Amino acid sequence: MNTIWRDGLWHNNPGIVQLLGLCPLLAVTNTAVNALGLAIATLFVLTASNTIVSITRRALQPEIRIPAYVLIIAALVTATELAFHAYAPTLHARLGIFLPLIVTNCAIVARAEAFASRQPVGRAFADGLAHGLGFGWVLVIVGALRELVGHGTLFRDLGTLIPGAGNEGLTIVDGGLLIALLPPGAFFALAAVLVARNVIASRRGQDNPELAREQS
Amino acid sequence: MNADRGSVVSGTLKLGLFAAIAAAIVAGGWRLTGERIAANTHAARLAQFESVLGVTVFDTLDYDAPAIVEPPHRLPGDAPARIYEALDNGVRVARVFEVQAAGYGGPIVLLVGIDAAFVVTGVRVVNHTETPGLGTNIERERSDWITSFDGRSLDADDGSVWALKRDGGVFDAFTGATITPRAVVEAVHETLLYAQSMDAAP
Repeated sequence: MNTIWRDGLWHNNPGIVQLLGLCPLLAVTNTAVNALGLAIATLFVLTASNTIVSITRRALQPEIRIPAYVLIIAALVTATELAFHAYAPTLHARLGIFLPLIVTNCAIVARAEAFASRQPVGRAFADGLAHGLGFGWVLVIVGALRELVGHGTLFRDLGTLIPGAGNEGLTIVDGGLLIALLPPGAFFALAAVLVARNVIASRRGQDNPELAREQS
Repeated sequence: MNADRGSVVSGTLKLGLFAAIAAAIVAGGWRLTGERIAANTHAARLAQFESVLGVTVFDTLDYDAPAIVEPPHRLPGDAPARIYEALDNGVRVARVFEVQAAGYGGPIVLLVGIDAAFVVTGVRVVNHTETPGLGTNIERERSDWITSFDGRSLDADDGSVWALKRDGGVFDAFTGATITPRAVVEAVHETLLYAQSMDAAP
């Protein structure tokens, strides 16, 4: 059970190790709250799809597995999008197309195929949570970095996600560098997180553990 | 051979079952959220019209049934323009124009409120694709700039010269962005001219 969490959050993190789901990761991380919104949606879809895939794993022959996953994931994403539209309309408008595009996040179908289709429900559920949280913390860190450099704030517009919370956020410095909010800023912020991850991993002597494990 | 056919049939049935489950999830989601989504959309639209109409007192505004002006028209933008009438006791007190300005990153959809005396009651941006951080200052949430239209009219003696300050007018530009505010100023100006010509026509 512990390997599941270590893999999802660090060793095999979808965002910074497998580098899956980069399109939403780069596109919606202009503020920490936007990133958090997408992280929550992805976490929910990934956990639910892993669970359903695991429950139905014995009933599905290999030929129809992928189409069945596509159906499940598409339905879950649609339901999630409806929920955002109903309960966080401003955030829904801001995330725009990237909410329905969770359906194309390869991290989700990858976990369904590589893990949930061969594992009991409990483990598949934990794996979905672990990888969803793993993807989520990367989203939020990249979003926070870009917001801090671009606006000088943290968690502005929190009211769009949690009704009643303030929209001012924490002001750390006044003003910011516009480049962080533009698309190049997404690449710079992700690069910074990747460098940090690789430095920590190599200090601990865990260079490419996931490759070593998959090849063994 | 028979085993193959059996697996094809069972596979088809299973996929059909999955499709039904997926449809049930979506339908259930819609049942739970549909009303709330409709209410949200309605409230957001109403709030937008109220902010555009500013202090104007009105009791009726049918924003589901605007008059649609097909292009080519003298309003800004190449898309069909929409005109909504705000009534008070059956008398028209203002019009709201939904028009498009030619922004830097594409069309900027604007709501322009103009009262019966041809004074701008308010302007709001409904939709745009301007550069984040530069052109986005046309949004009300980002800056006060869009409120600089409030109370302006075509009368030259109140000092309303319809251009940016750098072009000899009265409106501020943003640091690093000129095209966006210039487009909005021109669009509001054209809308105002059109509104006046509407009532001048027999």
